[in-house]
Amino acid sequence: MSQGRWVGRDVLRVDGLEKVTGAARYLADVKLPRMLYAQVVRSPHPHARVREVDVSRALSVAGVRAVATGRDFPFHVGIYLKDQTVFATDRVRFVGDPVAAVAAESPEAAREAAALVRVEYEPLPALFDVRQGILPDAPLVHPDLGKYQVVPWITPQAGTNICNHLKVRKGDYHAALKTAAHVVENTFVVPQVQHVPMEVHGSAARMDLSGKLEVLTSAQSPFTVRHLLCACFGLSHGDVRVMVPQVGGGFGGKAGINLEPIVTALAMRVPGRWVRLVLTRAEEFYAAVVRQGLVATLTTGVDRSGKVVAQRMHYLWDCGAYGGYGVNVVRAAGYTCGGAYEFPNVWGDSIGVYTNRPVGSAYRGFGMQEIHWALEQQMDMVAHEIGEDPIAFRLKNCLGPGKRTVTGQLLDEHSGRVDQCIQRVAQAFSEPLATRPGRLRGRGLACAVKAPAMPNDAASSVLLKFCEDGVLEVLVSGIDYGQGLRTVAAQFAAEALNLPIEQVRVRNLPDTDLSPYDWQTVASRQTWATGNAILRAAEKCKAQLFETASQVLGAPVERLALRDGQVVDTGGAGRVPITRLVMGYQFPDGHVIGGPVAAAAHHVPEGLLFLDPQTSQSAKPVAKWTFGAQGVEISVDPDTGHIQVDRVVACYDVGQVVNQGLILGQTYGGVVQGLGTGLMEELKLDLLTGKAQNANLVDYKIPTALDVPAALEASFVETPQKDGPMGARGIGEHTMIPTPAALANALYAACGIRIQEMPLTAEKVRAALREKRAKG
Amino acid sequence: MAIPIRVKVNGQVEALEVAPDESLLSMLRERLDLTGAKEGCNEGECGACVVLLDGKAVNACLVLAAEADGHEVTTIEGLGRPGALHPLQKAFLAHQAVQCGFCTPGMIMTALSLLLENPAPTEEEVRTAISGNLCRCTGYRQILDAVQAAAQEMRAGAQGRRP
Repeated sequence: MSQGRWVGRDVLRVDGLEKVTGAARYLADVKLPRMLYAQVVRSPHPHARVREVDVSRALSVAGVRAVATGRDFPFHVGIYLKDQTVFATDRVRFVGDPVAAVAAESPEAAREAAALVRVEYEPLPALFDVRQGILPDAPLVHPDLGKYQVVPWITPQAGTNICNHLKVRKGDYHAALKTAAHVVENTFVVPQVQHVPMEVHGSAARMDLSGKLEVLTSAQSPFTVRHLLCACFGLSHGDVRVMVPQVGGGFGGKAGINLEPIVTALAMRVPGRWVRLVLTRAEEFYAAVVRQGLVATLTTGVDRSGKVVAQRMHYLWDCGAYGGYGVNVVRAAGYTCGGAYEFPNVWGDSIGVYTNRPVGSAYRGFGMQEIHWALEQQMDMVAHEIGEDPIAFRLKNCLGPGKRTVTGQLLDEHSGRVDQCIQRVAQAFSEPLATRPGRLRGRGLACAVKAPAMPNDAASSVLLKFCEDGVLEVLVSGIDYGQGLRTVAAQFAAEALNLPIEQVRVRNLPDTDLSPYDWQTVASRQTWATGNAILRAAEKCKAQLFETASQVLGAPVERLALRDGQVVDTGGAGRVPITRLVMGYQFPDGHVIGGPVAAAAHHVPEGLLFLDPQTSQSAKPVAKWTFGAQGVEISVDPDTGHIQVDRVVACYDVGQVVNQGLILGQTYGGVVQGLGTGLMEELKLDLLTGKAQNANLVDYKIPTALDVPAALEASFVETPQKDGPMGARGIGEHTMIPTPAALANALYAACGIRIQEMPLTAEKVRAALREKRAKG
Repeated sequence: MAIPIRVKVNGQVEALEVAPDESLLSMLRERLDLTGAKEGCNEGECGACVVLLDGKAVNACLVLAAEADGHEVTTIEGLGRPGALHPLQKAFLAHQAVQCGFCTPGMIMTALSLLLENPAPTEEEVRTAISGNLCRCTGYRQILDAVQAAAQEMRAGAQGRRP
């Protein structure tokens, strides 16, 4: 592991103190003067026509200041596909779809008024299954699909429920399949799950009397929120200010735009007043966005040597009622459809389908955990079919330098090494697994790969400026919702300018009026993108310091170096503290040279190329890949079906470890979140009413401290990323991608049962064990 | 309808008039601007609002403000200050046990309640004690390590500093 003075070390979190003292302020902690409380009127039907919305009784409740409906705000919104309106206009599409909203002086008055909004519905047949959704006679969730605005690289199909379809065609799949010695086909299912950030979604807005809008929101993307709000309401970017306080977790659920249009609509009705909406935990489960469901069918053809010669992947995504963001998960899953493997002949289809379920969106992994649930079980199943060791089979077929991805991209020596990650995990498992009385034990392994899914021009910019006392302020607009961006930003800045880290202050409660532009905090892109921008800005600051110091010291710039807050002439002509330089240098006679030292810089991915619209072939569709592998050891109770996870071994090629403690936190956190989706999590709907059956933290379990494996091990390969800051690449999402598939493979190893529908609940395991015993 | 109460919060006596259905959490956050205790579910299921009531961890969302009359409440704001942090606060920093920070105050208060009762818990006891405090970021590993480290420091330092 290469280490700098700061980069590569266990630098403690720079925003830790405010978080352990209770000083950190999240949305609901911010006091807004004379704030009004918002309550949303939501559809009780999964699919219905809206005949009439009568707000007259709601308006008569004491303390009610505004009611807004779809009639008042029939504006479309959506990051990639504008298929949603602020409030339902003619149709509701899931239980929880906003129909109207109320702003009142107290939460009680808001609730009372919301209950008095009378909506006349005409129920329509509801669609809950993507397999039905693609049939020709399926009810249409969006009859107007052909009329929505959409970015050019998303392909909704009018007259169907398909909101996006990416086709990957590489080589000659059909011919190659005919040559295969073995063909294995399987179907895998992933249900919708919820992000469950500890802080629920919340947003507040105020339109002042001059018409300027301020929005305070728990969000991952202040600039994208501003951009989309302006598009939605026809406002100028100059009149909209979006601010983000501390954010209590997001995991993708706070990416794009969420509650902001609702509070904006209400705020426009009551100029001068703040209107705040904070969801209840129940609403968070079904009315905030969820992770998309998936039905995946894979066909693998293998030759006699154990090489995959043909691979078909058919992904049907349950996008729920709206696909504004989810369409891009569909796309990312398409161009990554083969996972960590080189498949020479590929037939891939990634298809997003509307249903009358909660709205699908980004969730840590952005489709990758879901497709890896299928891909990585399939690899094991094929290996077993041909009698090969699953690890050897993976090593024979995995991607690496000189191999080509499903889009035809040639990987080089900078692209990361999944083979080394696999070997690292295999090494950790070299001892035979100890038996345990009364338990069935097994090991499983799964690989992971993910690229940042983002537009080709997704940018991050930063501003570095010095204070009078030599403290360096680093303004970044990515959101640090726990992953550690602020700390990593301080490390890069301190490294580049050779400053004590205490002398660096990261200013990071982004405010679109004051902060440099950043597209979104998604795609595990911040360390990489913001890190690069910081290194560039630091070079510019250094040049300014050296230019002035060169005149002060009478030494050429090339001889100068920065050491602990001083500019030093390595040729011996002396030194000058940067405190004498950062505001300009004053000579003894009083004249001044230079001025306040500050620099802006940006990062935009280099050389990205669009996918071919017919085949998705592209030499560089994405900026980078991060590969990894996880192994798990489990003990199964044959009576109850309960799976205990004893050990998890994770290895990722991160290019360069930037912060040892933070990367362990990302790994442990992702693994345990992966154990949640793998073992226990599923948002269940009543298929008669469309209502969520487990919209609370008792019935929808997430892992607690009791679920943490006794052994959690993480290690890292460091193949430097060519365009990464000091070689680093993203890791935040990748850590939860392979976990469920590794568990399923371990379950098979432990007791010979294969469960293809996530999660691996004790009920399913017990039933499968019974069935196996019955068959003898 | 208002109920007059006297409650000691972080060492200071507060005389308040609270509503009959007002929760301790709401009282702390809305009346006293002590927003360290968070509302994560308002149903006693997540632990983000844990404070100490007479030294014992409670979900402040499930306690009525009126019930605190005559009692002593300690919130995260009543622990250490910069330069004089509580061993738990120090350990959470040193072990990188904080990510988004939303669960952190409740987690620390629950751990404090445990350590006041059991200065030398096993890892299993720590796991059980904090199993009602949900954290979605950290995977708990570094939190478990931090609590053990704090326990050790508190034992070493004359049975720890009581709030």
